[in-house]
Amino acid sequence: MSDTICFLLNGEEVKIRDLAPTTTLLNWLRYDRALTGSKEGCAEGDCGACTVAILDGETWRPVCACIQMLGMLHGRSVVTVEGISGPEGDLHPVQAAMAEGHGSQCGFCTPGFVMSLWTEYQTGARPDTARTCDLLAGNLCRCTGYGPILDAASEAFDGPQPAWTVPANCIDVTPLNYTGDGRRWWSPETSDDLAGLVAQNPDATLISGATDVGLWVTKHGFDPEKVIYTGRVADLTQITEQDGRIEIGAGVTYAQAEARIAALAPDFGTLVRRIGGAQVRAAGTIGGNIANGSPIGDTPPALIALGAELVLRHGSDRRTIPLSDFFLEYGQQDRKPGEFVEAIRVPIPDDPARLRCYKVSKRLDQDITAILGCMIIDIVDDHVHAARLAFGGMAGIPKRAAHAEAALIDQPWTRATIEAAMRAMTEDFAPLTDMRASAAYRMQVAQNLLMRYFLEMTEPETATRITEIA
Amino acid sequence: MDGDLTKDMKLAKDGVHTPRRHDSAEKQVAGRAAYADDVPEPKALLHVHIVGADIACGTVAPLDLSDIRKAPGVIWIGTADDIPGENNTGPVIHDEEMLAGSETRRGQIHFHGQPLFVIAAETVQQARTAAKRVKLVYTEETPLLTIDDAIAANSLLGEPYRMARGDIDAALATAPHRVQGQIEIGGQEQFYLEGQIAIATPGEDGDMHVISSNQHPSECQLLVAHMLGVPAHAVTIEVRRIGGGFGGKETQGNLMACAAALVARHTGRPAKCRLDRDQDMILTGKRHEARVTYDAGVDADGRILGLRVRQDIRCGWSTDLSHAIADRAMFHADNCYYLPAAEITSYRLRTNTCSNTAFRGFGGPQGMLGAERVVDHIAHQLNRDPLEVRRVNFYALPDGTGDRAVTPYHMTVEDCLIDEIVDELVDTSAYTARRAAIADWNADNPILKKGIALTPVRFGISFTTTHLNQAGALVHLYQDGSVMLNHGGIEMGQGLFVKVAQVAASAFNIDLDRVKITATRTDKVPNTSATAASSGSDMNGMAVDNACAEIRGRLIRFLCENHNVTEAQVEFLPNRVRFGAQEMTFNELAKAAYLARVPLSATGFYATPKISWDRAKGRGRPFYYFAYGAAVSEVVIDTLTGENRLTRVDILHDVGKSLNPAIDLGQVEGGFVQGAGWLTMEELWWDEAGRLRTHAPSTYKIPTASDRPPVMNIRLWEKGMNRELTIKRSKAVGEPPLMLANSVHQAISHAISFCGDAYPDLDAPATPERILGAITRLRA
Repeated sequence: MSDTICFLLNGEEVKIRDLAPTTTLLNWLRYDRALTGSKEGCAEGDCGACTVAILDGETWRPVCACIQMLGMLHGRSVVTVEGISGPEGDLHPVQAAMAEGHGSQCGFCTPGFVMSLWTEYQTGARPDTARTCDLLAGNLCRCTGYGPILDAASEAFDGPQPAWTVPANCIDVTPLNYTGDGRRWWSPETSDDLAGLVAQNPDATLISGATDVGLWVTKHGFDPEKVIYTGRVADLTQITEQDGRIEIGAGVTYAQAEARIAALAPDFGTLVRRIGGAQVRAAGTIGGNIANGSPIGDTPPALIALGAELVLRHGSDRRTIPLSDFFLEYGQQDRKPGEFVEAIRVPIPDDPARLRCYKVSKRLDQDITAILGCMIIDIVDDHVHAARLAFGGMAGIPKRAAHAEAALIDQPWTRATIEAAMRAMTEDFAPLTDMRASAAYRMQVAQNLLMRYFLEMTEPETATRITEIA
Repeated sequence: MDGDLTKDMKLAKDGVHTPRRHDSAEKQVAGRAAYADDVPEPKALLHVHIVGADIACGTVAPLDLSDIRKAPGVIWIGTADDIPGENNTGPVIHDEEMLAGSETRRGQIHFHGQPLFVIAAETVQQARTAAKRVKLVYTEETPLLTIDDAIAANSLLGEPYRMARGDIDAALATAPHRVQGQIEIGGQEQFYLEGQIAIATPGEDGDMHVISSNQHPSECQLLVAHMLGVPAHAVTIEVRRIGGGFGGKETQGNLMACAAALVARHTGRPAKCRLDRDQDMILTGKRHEARVTYDAGVDADGRILGLRVRQDIRCGWSTDLSHAIADRAMFHADNCYYLPAAEITSYRLRTNTCSNTAFRGFGGPQGMLGAERVVDHIAHQLNRDPLEVRRVNFYALPDGTGDRAVTPYHMTVEDCLIDEIVDELVDTSAYTARRAAIADWNADNPILKKGIALTPVRFGISFTTTHLNQAGALVHLYQDGSVMLNHGGIEMGQGLFVKVAQVAASAFNIDLDRVKITATRTDKVPNTSATAASSGSDMNGMAVDNACAEIRGRLIRFLCENHNVTEAQVEFLPNRVRFGAQEMTFNELAKAAYLARVPLSATGFYATPKISWDRAKGRGRPFYYFAYGAAVSEVVIDTLTGENRLTRVDILHDVGKSLNPAIDLGQVEGGFVQGAGWLTMEELWWDEAGRLRTHAPSTYKIPTASDRPPVMNIRLWEKGMNRELTIKRSKAVGEPPLMLANSVHQAISHAISFCGDAYPDLDAPATPERILGAITRLRA
C-alpha cells in the first residue's frame, strides 16, 4: 500500500503527500507548479484548453486536467504543453505546424489543441480530416474557424520527427491508500478489493473517470471525505466475450470500448464517438454513464435496445438485472448502499445494422442529447415480431416506448403501422421543455425517428443522414 | 502622396503586405504566452468572489454578513457601503450600480446574477464556499424578460430613434407589390476562451495598478478612478494580451477591475477577481436579441421602392453601449441595397436580463440580417432567384446621373464594389449551376433537402460616436537601432500587434524582429479608444506610422545637416540608409543620431478624417469608408428532425491592400464561423424566472472542428485597394466577415422552401427545432 500519490510529470517523478486528493490537476499545475501553459476555459471538460496527455497502457490520450484529480494520477505518466518541446526549447512538430500555419490567434485555447494533436502524433499515423475533427471535437477555438488547425494536424507529419522523446512509461506503484488534508482516497487494484472497500465504506464517493463527479467538485464545491477510485482495478477494465454476448467491465472507458462497440453495431459506435470530446471519452466509462443515472446518458438507450443486463455487486454477492430495470425514476437507481456496478452484459445482435441510434442535438459533435432514439425491430414474414424502442431525453430516465412497441408487435411492416406506433408514442412520454428542446419538439422528433428507422429499413436508397452528404 | 510609402520600395524582412505570423505564435504553442491569470501570484494575494442575486427583479433586504465574516479564510467583505467614490460601472450613462447590496438599505435587483457584494478570501475556494453562508431576503417582482414583455410594459431605454429619407408613405402606397414580415434574431455569447479577470495591486499615494483582460483600458482606468474617488493619474491599467474579446471585454471587464481594486484599496493587499465560466456567462452582456419588422414596397423586378423597418432591440437592464449598437443596427438596415424611400425606427428595450453589450459587428449583424430577410422574402413572393433581387437593388457608384448611392442616413456611398465582387464570386463558386442542381437533387430526395444562398456584406468603418475615432502611439528608437512601440490598441488574437509592428518596420525599412511591441498601458499612451469597431489597425497603425515618420524626419534632417545632402538624397534601404554617395546601417544611424543628441522618441496621433454625424438630424457621414464581401453557402437539412449541416462555403472578401494577408484570412474564416454559430447552434435560453440556463459550454454550443464545412474556399479580393488614405491602403477586417454568415441562414431558408409553398419565415438561430417548426408550418 502506498500512502503517497506518485506519478510522472513530463518525465520526472512527483510525490504528493499532503494535498487533498481531489485537488484538480489543472489547479495543481498552474498554482503549485507554475506550469501555466494549461488554461482554464470552463472547468467542466467541455472546452479543452486544459488538455494534457496521460498514458493509457501503450497509448497517449488527451484528458482535461480541470477534471482530473491528483488521486487519479497515481502510477500514471502526465505530459503537459511545457513537456513536449526539445531540451533546447525547439518546438515539437505539432507546435511548429500550429505556429507556422496560423493555427493560433488569441492563443488561449492553443496549448490544449497542441496537446490533443501531440497525442495523435505519438501514434505515428498522419490523420485525415475526419479523424482530426473527431480528435479535436473537445477543443473549442473561438478565433480561427479551425481550418489552420486542421491543416496543422497533418502538416506536423511533413517534417522530420523530433530528436527527443518523452519517457513513455508509467511507474510501478502499489495500491493507493492516501490521506491528505483530512480526505481519504483509495485506489484498489482488484475488483475483490474494490468490493470490500465499497461494502465497508458505503458513504464513499465512487469515481472512475470523474467526467461527472469532477464537475461536482469544480462547479458545486463538492468536497468528499472519502473517495474510492475504480480506474486502477485491472479486472474491471476488460471486455470479454462468451455465450453470444460481450461483457464490458464497469471501468472500461469509452475510448477503450469504441472499436468493440462499433463492431457490435456501427450505429452504436458512431453514438459513442459523439459522446463528449476525445478527452471525455479517454476518461469516462460506460459503467459510470450508467451508474450516474442521467436521463440523457447516451449509452443506456442503445444498451437497453440491445437487451443488455447489468451486474451489480455487493461484497462477494452479485445480482444481474435487465438494464432497463436499473433506472427507477429521475435521480434514483436500483443500487443499494455498498453495492456497485461491476459489468454490463450485452447480447451480440445477429445483424449489427439492425440497431439504429439517432442522436439529435444542436451541435453534431460533443453535445448533450436533446433526444436519443435507439431501436431494434425484428421483422418475420413482413410482420413485426419484436421491437425495442429505447429513448433518452424523453423522460426522467432512459425509457422504452412501451405503447409504441405494442402498436407494432404482430402488425404488418407498413407505413400505416409505423404511423400508428408514432401516435401511440404520445402515451409513452411526457417530455420536459428545457434549454435543449421543447416538449413538443421532443415528441415530434421521437415520433419521426421511428419513421426514419422504417425508411432506412425499407428504402435504403433514400438518403436520411446529413452527415453522409458531400 | 498616395498614403503608401512602401510602393515600389525594396523592403526589409516581414514588412507590410507580407503574410507574417502572429507575433506571439511561438509562445502560444509552447504555453509560454502569459495571460493575466498566468502572472505568478504573490503570497499576499486575495481572491475576490462576486456574490450575485438569484432573482431577476425586486429588492434585497439589508445584508446580514455576520456569518460570512466568520467563514474560514475570509479577510474582507465589500458592499455598496464601502465604495469610496462612485458606485457605478456604466461606461456611457452611469446607470449601472456596481454593487447593489448594502448593510443599511434595501438593494434594487434588475437581473438574475446582479452583483450584490464581494468576498475577499485567502483562496478562491474559501471565497466561494463562504458565499454559500449568506441568507438573502428578497422581495420579488415580476421580471420583464422578453421583447414582448418590454413592449407591453413600454419599458424603454431612452427615446425611440428614427432615420428616414424620402416619402415612405407615398412609396409604399403606390408600390405594385408589398412584402411584409418579421424576423426574430437571437443573441450570442462572446465565449472568449479566457474568462473575465483583473488583478489589482495597491501602490503608494493611493495609486492602483490593474492587470485587466480588457479591450478598453482608458475607460477602465476612469471607472476604477471614479469608483475609488481618485484622479485618473492614480490608476494604471495594463494589458499585454487577452484570450479573446470579440467585444465582450469592451466594457464588461470593468466590473472585475473595480471589484479587485476595491478589495486592494481596503485591505492593502493585491487582489484577483477571476470569474468562473458560469458566472461569466450569467453576469456579462451578450449580443442583443432583436426583432425586425418590415414593410417593403417593390416593383415587378423586386426593386425596392420604399422600406419601413422597425427594430426592437433587447438591451437588458442597463444602457451600456446599447444606443451605439442599436444605431449601428439601423445604419446596416440597408446592407448593400439602395432604398429610395426609407424609414427605420429603433426601440431600445429595457429588460430584466444581463446588460447586452458589444459583440463583433456591434448591431450590424442584426440590421444586415434584417435586410437580407427582406430581399429573400421579396424574391420568394415574386418567385425569383434571391440573387436577382439582390443585384437590382445594389447601391451604384455615384455617377452624376442618379442618386442610387445615398443611404437612409443621407451619406453618399462613394466606394461601392459589391457588383464586381458578387460577379466574381458567382463565377468562381458556380452558384447558378449549383442552384439548379440542388433543385434537381431535392426533387429526388424526400427526407433531406439542400439549399444555397449568396449574401453580400457592406460594413461601415468608423466608430459612429465620432470622438472615439482617435488613437495615440509612443515609439522609441534606441541607440542600437532597435525599436520599441506602444499604442492604445489591444492584442486579442486579431493580429493587431504584428500588423502595427510591420507598419513600424516598414517606416524605417528594418527587419520586423528589430521591433518590439509591449503591453498596452494607460501610463504610456493616454485617452485611447476601445479596440473595437474593426478600427484597431486602421487607427493605431496610423498613429504609429505618424510617430515613426516624426523620428524618421529627425533622422533625415540629422543626415542633411551633418553630411551635406538634401532630403531627396536620403533613402531608407533594407536595414541601411543611403545618403548621397554614402551608406551606413540603420543601427549606425541610430547611434550617430543619439551621439548628436537627436531625440529618438516620439508620440504619434491619428484622428480619422472626413467623418461627421448629426444624430439629432440623422444625417452625415458616420463612416470613413465601407468594407465589402460576399459569401455563398450550401447546406443540407433533415426534414424529420431539423438537423442541419453546412457543406460548402465560398467567400470573396475585400480588405483593401492587405497589411498582412495571412492574418486577414484568419479573420475572415474565424469571423464567418463565429457568425455561422450565431445563426445556427448558438442559442441563449432563459427560464421563466429569468435565469440564463445556457451558461457553460456544456449547454451553450459554439462551433467545433467538425462544423467547419468540408469545402471552404476563402479568397481576399485581389483588386482590393482602399480609395481612402488608410494605413497602406488597407481596410478593416475584424467585424465585416462575421456577416458573411448570413448566407448560411438564407441557405437553410432556401432548403426549407422545398417543403411547401409558403415563405419559411425562419427565425434565428436556425436550431434543429426552429427548422423543423418552419417545415411543419409549410406542410400544414
